[in-house]
Amino acid sequence: MADSPKIFPLGDNCVTVDFGNELSIELNNKAISLAKYFTNTPFPGFIEAVPAYSSLSIFYSVIDVRQSFSEFITAFAAIKWLVQASLQYPDEILKVETRSIEIPVDFSDHAALDINFIAEHGDMPPADVIDLFTSTTYRVYMLGFLPGFAYMGDVDQRIAVPRKDSPRTKVPKGSVGIASRQTGIYPLESPGGWQIIGQTNLDLFSPNSDSPCLLAPGDEVHFVPVIRL
Amino acid sequence: MSLFFKKPGILTTVQDLGRTGARSLSINPNGVMDVGAAKLVNAVIGNIDSAAVLEFHFPAPEIEFDVDTTIAIGGADFEARVDKDELQNWSSSFVRKGSVLRFAKPASGQRAYLAVEGGLQIDKWLGSSSTNLAARAGGCSGRKMTAGDRIECSTAFDDSASLQIGQSIIPRYSRSPTIRIIAGSEFEFLTATGEITFLREGFILTKDCDRMGYRLSGRRLHLLDERQMVSAAVTFGTIQILPNGQLIILMADHQTSGGYPRIGNVISADLPLLAQCGPGDEISFAMVSIEEAERLALEFEKELNFLRVGCRFRHQYGDH
Repeated sequence: MADSPKIFPLGDNCVTVDFGNELSIELNNKAISLAKYFTNTPFPGFIEAVPAYSSLSIFYSVIDVRQSFSEFITAFAAIKWLVQASLQYPDEILKVETRSIEIPVDFSDHAALDINFIAEHGDMPPADVIDLFTSTTYRVYMLGFLPGFAYMGDVDQRIAVPRKDSPRTKVPKGSVGIASRQTGIYPLESPGGWQIIGQTNLDLFSPNSDSPCLLAPGDEVHFVPVIRL
Repeated sequence: MSLFFKKPGILTTVQDLGRTGARSLSINPNGVMDVGAAKLVNAVIGNIDSAAVLEFHFPAPEIEFDVDTTIAIGGADFEARVDKDELQNWSSSFVRKGSVLRFAKPASGQRAYLAVEGGLQIDKWLGSSSTNLAARAGGCSGRKMTAGDRIECSTAFDDSASLQIGQSIIPRYSRSPTIRIIAGSEFEFLTATGEITFLREGFILTKDCDRMGYRLSGRRLHLLDERQMVSAAVTFGTIQILPNGQLIILMADHQTSGGYPRIGNVISADLPLLAQCGPGDEISFAMVSIEEAERLALEFEKELNFLRVGCRFRHQYGDH
């Protein structure tokens, strides 16, 4: 193995496996595939595996792990050992299937609150901003911030605008925002500082559904302009 | 058969031990802030650990019982009264239909727990009754209790034996506790002086202390370099250092990920002590090993098990 990841405790009932402090599809794939592996083949005491950009965190019940892995001094040592063993597995075992999801976006003025700012920043007309934005295939690196909020990338450098200096107190539900090379959709009305390029009417978060969130780590996302008649 | 909220209290929510399995969708666990207190009040009335309880602050709710039931209160001491009678924390009490539970004053602690025999009957969302205020889901329609609300519960029989939880297992609450931590992955980001400050000096809880997190105020901590970090998981008890050199401790309603350096994590056994601290209280940190953190967590579970077995025995065979 080229680089062995850093494995450390996050509190006394979680282990984090850190593949490196950087944004890369390769490291993100490692995090997501290992999370799926543990989710699909849980060890006794496993609670959940949570992938992030370039790390994953595995939560467990100390009492159950200690009962099943009594030869280890700590539950942490047992899980660390399991992780190290899993890192030796060939890539095929850990392969991730990618879902592809289309998201219709309304780029008209009332929805695209910051499109003029983005256009000015990129020194191009708003129509070109929309073309650039919709011609990219985005990857869901991870979810965070709000239920169902997906951090996606990578936004074309030419329209990678920084966050607003002072966040909006209310970003409407469904707003699609840009913050540097990242894009994301607000699943609920919320305060937020991302530059809003459009709005979708898809529900990113529906609590009463069996799968409450539309997007999951590893998904591929295409934004499609809503055709207005 | 229900609890009727004559007054809702300032922040009263239904909680259990939290919702797991959905952190990767950014749905965090929520759940009770004081896990120790919730487990104890459930155990003393024969409930399972994960039975739904009421978590409340002061001003506390005023609750009418529309049912004969057995209850237990623990955590903060708000001087409970059932009609005219004083009610001791950490014990089981039978209450009759029509009686009203009130709280006189915030004597100590920040949040109290009410457990009802059989648990509060609340529809579960993603496997848990905990209230997720951000997602507006779980618990009582994802919101805090309001006047006029009702929560269903089941009838219990009067077995006048009131059971008391032993002192040795009740968390040793304090307004100036030493909170034990294990080192976080970015602990080494601290300068040598920063490490000493962090582990030897006191930190005051500011007014920004709620179910999401506690902001502390103390001598500014410095980092070796201002490295940018990509977002990674955080959890209940994660201690982060903010760009202004001050600390924040994430609590039960924390977000699932964060990008500030994680210099430590409060051990599970001491989270209850922190849960009962509020603005103006002073905490200090002591570093322990992961072995010690796990040992303390298991020790509590063992004692809890003794309590559970003892309570079940007395419920079944009476106090003779």
